[in-house]
Amino acid sequence: MISPIFALAPVLPETILGLGALVLLLLGAYKGETLSWLISEFAIALLGAALVVVALRSDSVSLDFSGSFIDDAFGRYMKILALGGAAVALLLSVDFMKREKFATFEYPVLVLLSTLGMLLMVSAHDLIALYLGLELSSLALYVIAAIQRDNVKATEAGLKYFVLGALSSGMLLYGASLLYGFSGTVSFVGIAKAIDGHASIGVIFGLVFLIAGLAFKISAVPFHMWTPDVYEGAPTPVTAFFASAPKMAAMAMCVRVILTAFPGIATQWQQIIGFLALLSMVLGAFAAIGQTNIKRLMAYSSIGHMGFALLGLMAGTANGVQGVVIYMTIYLVMTLGTFAAIISMRRNGQMVETIADLSGLSKTNGKMAFFLAMMMFSLAGIPPLAGFFAKFYVFAAAIEAHFYVLAVIGVLSSVVGAYYYLRIVKVMYFDESKGAFDVPNWASDLVLVLAGVFVLGFWVYPGPLVTAAMAAAKSLF
Amino acid sequence: MFGILSGLTFLPLIGVVILLMLRGDDDATLLNIRWVTLITTLVVFAVSLVAWGRFDTSVAGFQMVESRSWFSDKILFKFGVDGISIPFVLLTTFLMPFCIGASWTSITVRVRDYMIAFLVLESLMIGVFTALDLMLFYLFFEAGLIPMFLIIGIWGGKRRIYASFKFFLYTLLGSVLMLLAIMAMYWTAGTTDIEVLLKTAFPAAMQKYLWLAFFASFAVKMPMWPVHTWLPDAHVEAPTAGSVILAGILLKMGGYGFLRFSLPMFPDASHYFAPLVFTLSVVAIIYTSLVALVQEDIKKLIAYSSVAHMGFVTMGLFAMNAQGVQGAVYQMISHGLVAGALFLCVGIIYDRMHTREIAAYGGLVNRMPNYAVVMLIFTMANVGLPGTSGFVGEFMTLIGTFKANSSVAFFATTGVILSSTYALYLYRRVFFGVLDKPNLMSLADLDLREVVILVPLVVLTIYYGVHPQPILDASAASIAELIKGYDAALQGVKTAALAVH
Repeated sequence: MISPIFALAPVLPETILGLGALVLLLLGAYKGETLSWLISEFAIALLGAALVVVALRSDSVSLDFSGSFIDDAFGRYMKILALGGAAVALLLSVDFMKREKFATFEYPVLVLLSTLGMLLMVSAHDLIALYLGLELSSLALYVIAAIQRDNVKATEAGLKYFVLGALSSGMLLYGASLLYGFSGTVSFVGIAKAIDGHASIGVIFGLVFLIAGLAFKISAVPFHMWTPDVYEGAPTPVTAFFASAPKMAAMAMCVRVILTAFPGIATQWQQIIGFLALLSMVLGAFAAIGQTNIKRLMAYSSIGHMGFALLGLMAGTANGVQGVVIYMTIYLVMTLGTFAAIISMRRNGQMVETIADLSGLSKTNGKMAFFLAMMMFSLAGIPPLAGFFAKFYVFAAAIEAHFYVLAVIGVLSSVVGAYYYLRIVKVMYFDESKGAFDVPNWASDLVLVLAGVFVLGFWVYPGPLVTAAMAAAKSLF
Repeated sequence: MFGILSGLTFLPLIGVVILLMLRGDDDATLLNIRWVTLITTLVVFAVSLVAWGRFDTSVAGFQMVESRSWFSDKILFKFGVDGISIPFVLLTTFLMPFCIGASWTSITVRVRDYMIAFLVLESLMIGVFTALDLMLFYLFFEAGLIPMFLIIGIWGGKRRIYASFKFFLYTLLGSVLMLLAIMAMYWTAGTTDIEVLLKTAFPAAMQKYLWLAFFASFAVKMPMWPVHTWLPDAHVEAPTAGSVILAGILLKMGGYGFLRFSLPMFPDASHYFAPLVFTLSVVAIIYTSLVALVQEDIKKLIAYSSVAHMGFVTMGLFAMNAQGVQGAVYQMISHGLVAGALFLCVGIIYDRMHTREIAAYGGLVNRMPNYAVVMLIFTMANVGLPGTSGFVGEFMTLIGTFKANSSVAFFATTGVILSSTYALYLYRRVFFGVLDKPNLMSLADLDLREVVILVPLVVLTIYYGVHPQPILDASAASIAELIKGYDAALQGVKTAALAVH
């Protein structure tokens, strides 16, 4: 009989975040706005601490809380991504909050709570835990989207996100209740046992609704409508957060629920996932062409990238999951790097957001232009940059599973996508300058340079990431 | 652990590091930047000569092989050369100092970035020819797009943005299909090691799809009719050195790819699709020669002539006999020298007059006699006059093709006549006639720098025209092995077919 305090060890990172958020909330309530920067720093430290705790956990698998919470290699890997994404996004916001004079101590606290929800999503091993984690994270995200409450665009974004998000949560819940009704259990393993290869029509309906709800969270077409508006409307560091951590957690949840609860009916869900992947890749490529706002463009780009990642999930093999994990890792770095550059787009104290504002950046700030260009080539999937290897692994998994047509459509849409990434390089390198940006903050500079070094140097020593991703993927099978 | 080939591949990057450390924008720094780049390329050339010295021409297989595990122990970081690749390595390292020399005075803005782009490009091009892992090959093959895109887009002419996008997207579109084929081969053979893949027999039905996917990439790169349209635009807009690299080396990657992958790995499919390649090659030879005839831009004319000459290469390759393949390799090396030299020559008058319109010139022989002689030699080499390197390759590919399919050879031979037509017509309009345009009156002949750049190319063009043995010997053993394997594979298919009957 182990003492209860040791039984809580697997949820130590979640406990750190939860308690820390409450303490910071109290601190904020007493000290008010004056301490908001300090609260941000504390929140970053908490996220970092949680990350260290996750990273140091042994290679064991443990199932806790009556089987509703799992702690395995896959979960730990994706938690590290989510925590890292949240910490970097928060780091990027510190300077922004100072410059924009929007000192709300609630922001870092909400980020902590939402990240806590994400960790629960990643570790959820039954439908109830999944829904709890999802709602905790989503509710915090709705508020974060509208955190600049005097800004019309931001409130519009928050409202849109909330209404559509509530709808999708409803669908997910409906699907979950159907699944419970037809299989008699909420546990993923139990559902897999109950289905056992031949699914009743009710289970199929449940599956469809469940995936619809999940697709909304990873913004896969046709559940993507909120993404461009929220990306554009939310303050830039908030967008950076939206584009990084929640995507990691939602994709992890998607992979886990589909592969552990529905392994017996792969042909059914492969159709749905394939359909989502196909539409996301194509729409992400074509819809981004006409964008002039760089945040909106990044929204469509993220839709396309989620489509590519879904290809790996669709394969349904360990290689496929490895592909998804590698894809999400590299995508996280590229997104954070790109947003670090976007946050530095500030002229005469004002944020500027159109692509044309980047004109001639290579002459005024060569370093930033170079690293942002590398991000763009990497997002386009050109070797030797990291983004290429991300695509390589998911497409290889799709080919292994014989999804040839989908793979061909995927690579062709990546060529279309290359056009708009190249357009940004063109604006920075080939066009005349429109005047320099303000001196960027050290944090955004650092994030951009580190991300740039990662995408440029990944090919030199890819071994550790590939091995870790494989270990994570294997733990699901 | 690190052998001479990986050293050779990454040596230019050391030059890049030095360039990054040079600070300042004054004239002295700019001069230093130019010298550092030139010395780097010369050192790389010297190292490649050392590699050439160690190369044993009697061995058919890969030499100087070095291998390390990379993404896994199935996807390797592996380098090596054989008789097919070593001539291209030398061609690359040889042409590079000329490119830097040609950019000495004509590039005045963002000199450092320009030189870095060229050194990175050199590293990637050497990598394409030395990589012995398919994934590594693809990495180098595709990565070259980035520096070339920037070179055309930043230092190019008026329509540089259109040309750079067209170049990038066209090439990328072809290559991504090859990437999918590489993955399929990876799952079939379990590795991307080229040495293993060369010994793997892929199922005949699968070969056709793989062949088509590789063909999509190499046909665009080559470029073959009808996917050649990016080339004239890219050539016209690129700065002189960019055109030299495009014509001299980047186009050869397509031919090298056919030789390294399509022919030995997919012999059945190559045999099956040979008529298609023949047709496209003949169309390219005749059609683009006719198109070249009506061009008003000198660079565009040479670009179209490149497409026609590459038609001879693809034709010779798919004839699949010793003469055809050796001729194709020879033609590629020769074309690298000659087309590179022609673009350098065009660059020389462009630097003076800032126009490439044929109509803007006339009677140049009166003001620039030395230049006229040099240009005549390269024009003749381009036409394929006996005694120049251009003749050997064209002649051998035609012999090889005649053995394989005489009617194809018949139509292709008309290309020889057409090429002399457009080349001589160009020469007459630029150099002969009356020197009546006032701005041409003050033209100066070649200066010392230009002479230094052109003389080695003239010497080599004539030397390889009368003494083709060194290049033919280098590749003979590997090509004989390639053809032996190809015939054996086809024989196997025929026997199997007979057995079924």
